[in-house]
Amino acid sequence: MRITVTVNGEQHTRDVEPRLLLVHFLRDELGLTGTHWGCDTSNCGVCTVWLDGTPVKSCTVLAVMADGHEVRTVEGLAHGAELDPVQQGFIACHGLQCGFCTPGMMMTARWLLDHDADPSEEDIREAISGQMCRCTGYENIVRSIRWAAEHGGAQGTADAGTEPAPGREEVRA
Amino acid sequence: MTTTEERPVGFGRMPRKEDARFVRGHGTYVDDVTLPGMLHGAILRSPLAHARIVSVDTSAAEAHPKVRAVITGETLAGLGLAWMPTLSYDTQAVLATDKVRFQGQEIAFVVAEDRYAARDALELIDVEYEPLPAVVDARRALDPDAPVIRDDKEGQTDNHIFDWSAGDEERTDGVFAAADVVVEQDMLYPRVHPAPLETCGTVADMDAITGKLTVWSTTQAPHAHRTIYAMVAGIPEHKIRIIAPDIGGGFGNKVGIYPGYVCAVVGSIVTGKPVKWMEDRSENLMSTSFARDYHMHGEIAATKDGKILGLRVHVIADHGAFNATAQPTQFPAGFFGVFTGSYDLAAAHCTVTGVYTDKAPGGVAYACSFRVTEAVYLVERMVDLLADRLGTDPAELRMRNLLRPGQFPYRTQTGWEYDSGDYPRALRLAMDIAHYEDLRREQAEKRERGELMGIGVSFFTEAVGAGPRKHMDILGLGMADGAELRVHPTGKAVLRISVQSQGQGHETTFAQIVAEELGIPPEDVEVVHGDTDQTPFGLGTYGSRSTPVSGAAAAMVARKVRERAKIVASAMLEVSPDDLEWEKGRWFVTGDPDQGRTMTEIALAAHSNLELPEGVEGHLDASCVYNPPNLTFPFGAYICVADVDAGTGQVKVRRFIAVDDCGNRINPMIVEGQVHGGLADGVGMALMQVIAFDEDGNCLGGSFMDYLLPTSVECPSWELGETVTPSPHHPIGAKGVGESATVGSPPAVVNAVVDALKPLGVRHVDMPLTPAAVWRAAQGRPLRTDLAIT
Repeated sequence: MRITVTVNGEQHTRDVEPRLLLVHFLRDELGLTGTHWGCDTSNCGVCTVWLDGTPVKSCTVLAVMADGHEVRTVEGLAHGAELDPVQQGFIACHGLQCGFCTPGMMMTARWLLDHDADPSEEDIREAISGQMCRCTGYENIVRSIRWAAEHGGAQGTADAGTEPAPGREEVRA
Repeated sequence: MTTTEERPVGFGRMPRKEDARFVRGHGTYVDDVTLPGMLHGAILRSPLAHARIVSVDTSAAEAHPKVRAVITGETLAGLGLAWMPTLSYDTQAVLATDKVRFQGQEIAFVVAEDRYAARDALELIDVEYEPLPAVVDARRALDPDAPVIRDDKEGQTDNHIFDWSAGDEERTDGVFAAADVVVEQDMLYPRVHPAPLETCGTVADMDAITGKLTVWSTTQAPHAHRTIYAMVAGIPEHKIRIIAPDIGGGFGNKVGIYPGYVCAVVGSIVTGKPVKWMEDRSENLMSTSFARDYHMHGEIAATKDGKILGLRVHVIADHGAFNATAQPTQFPAGFFGVFTGSYDLAAAHCTVTGVYTDKAPGGVAYACSFRVTEAVYLVERMVDLLADRLGTDPAELRMRNLLRPGQFPYRTQTGWEYDSGDYPRALRLAMDIAHYEDLRREQAEKRERGELMGIGVSFFTEAVGAGPRKHMDILGLGMADGAELRVHPTGKAVLRISVQSQGQGHETTFAQIVAEELGIPPEDVEVVHGDTDQTPFGLGTYGSRSTPVSGAAAAMVARKVRERAKIVASAMLEVSPDDLEWEKGRWFVTGDPDQGRTMTEIALAAHSNLELPEGVEGHLDASCVYNPPNLTFPFGAYICVADVDAGTGQVKVRRFIAVDDCGNRINPMIVEGQVHGGLADGVGMALMQVIAFDEDGNCLGGSFMDYLLPTSVECPSWELGETVTPSPHHPIGAKGVGESATVGSPPAVVNAVVDALKPLGVRHVDMPLTPAAVWRAAQGRPLRTDLAIT
């Protein structure tokens, strides 16, 4: 099947098998290997990307279901050379170790902050509860997301552009 | 020490160098590697736990238009590769030829043009089996009528692997006979799986022209893998290059060599193309290295006023179908001998019997420090049981029996020499952070109201940093590690190390070690690892050995460079080296501090035409091999506060306090992160993780739907504390920390839950403490958690 998917603001058209998973489409067809694969059963969440502005587990979405839709991945999180506050927070608060769950965690974190400028620790834990991390015990992921909230990370970026959002505070790690 | 919080020149908190690529999604994991013309492999696995293979028909799979090769056990037998040696001098089938011995065992390997086609072709392979009864319960494995699993081994007439013992049996029996109080308990440390989020996989590329094999692999021990590939496959070792790129978590799961790796290599040789093999999650959970599976019977002896006298333990160790555990050769039960824990005992004795069962092979994995996890769990449960019997507070009983600072170095009853410690200080700090007395008061009030609240204490001593090569080797390879340091003319350095980060942050920590020793910024030190063509030999990262062994090598090689720099500086300043003193980053003339040369100046001079003393080589490069004189012994005191729902059996870990002493901390931020992760591991194992089996040997933990891992909502916000007791024999006084929390936390959780259930008369519950297990225990009908047999 021929599909056209907008990924991080760029249109891609490919012929794919109907059974091809979105995660494999992103990784194998488009070479966007920042999105990982971890479990097949939607439990681990390392494959989390945005589909039309909402986090989804891309191991449980067929590529053909994304035809005509917009996908945002970790590669589309930074604003040009400037890291998103979420990315800065993960560095500042040691929110990652092996880095395998990190892209998915950050995509959910970005979504959370777009919808809740000042999430509590409990809100953050609830938001990432569908994703697993085997390294950090979640503590520093929670702190990273709080850091982002406190450092200009709360402003909406739902349009998923690669340009800095208007009025974004410039913060560098 | 001139460190700052923001920008240390050496030790201190600093953000990790590796994070820049990870947060951008630019890490390179094995599955991210794509080579021109690369093919994809997939493995056909046995649906049965024990069966004779009657026939394997691959003709339909071979006819699939996208299939390039189908490899079976028969193919491999022709190459002498159907069986491979394990890390414990046993053998393991690469692809089964005679029988399958566990559910998920490898039978055939398909190489196809894409990963979907490879999986399609698996469906076309027809295997005829003759089912055999499965040995599932380790406690029945040595029954006279148990089917013999390893009939491939000449002379093997039962399922026995080894007997091992430690300590003095006679003296221990004497101590027990004379003791006022003896408490005993059967307990299970169930089979668990480390489940790193990246599964195991490899990309193998055999260059037919040069004869060079390059293997990108999820390995924690690239050098050991290279040597073993050479031994197994007969490929000359200098023609093998193992690349471990970014690794998505290891926890011991990526120490061993799995059949899939070997099959990918063979696939590349057969097809002449690079072959990628990545297992899926079920394959990872069902076939790769598990951990634990220790059936333990413990006894503790004490005086009536609470002086612990002795410990006696017998273990049935379930090693699965092939003894593939990665313990040092002389230690088939790993370092289980440290079951004497943190206490001053009069005598101790243990026996461990290893058995085969129809389950996945392995036994090294999961932050285990060579069975220290099991040992600490045993002793810490026994101490709590003793406290219960004596009616003593468990923290108080520990405080009374902990080794005193003046007793170090302390030789245990089983022969270990603990290097250093101040145990009472750590326990007191944990109790202070927890407000222990307040918690006990709160508990008493809640008990009045019928609410179930528990407070669990554990104290652990770890044995890490394997190890002294005289005593410790794996497959004959001594456990020493090399390091190479080059200082370029402009004073920037490159450190090459043998160990392999799986998230521990070696690129940062090891740069900080060199920075500390040479007085140059960590930013000026590049750390090269994960490529056997570019790094010196060493045994890799597991058993918390990176900092104790390779970290020591990094410090020692930097000191070599520093000494060489001293000679260069003496030539530059035209003074005797004896007249020079070191301050961080600079040699200067004693009594005339203005006369000095920085490392950057010295580096340039070392590469210049400066005349050096007779016999002194130019440049500042050096290499070394570090052979540890002893293990290091980090320790800690943990307190868990848990609430149990009496109606459902659900456990909520409300608070968790962890005081760790791992000696000197290189980057405290990274150390704390390691502890956080280990605590989550421990809570997971205590509450939910188990690879269980039904009576036919079907694996009941083969997906994340069934094998439960803790998420952010099951984990509390960890409360950490630290004490620092440097290791006296380690160059920088560091002890290693990666596994401490995984070792120390499960007994704290179980002690807390049992403490909560005390009013109901419960004195022990086996892990995992699922709602069902807790509820059943509260009803007085304990559940067997490792088998679906009630």
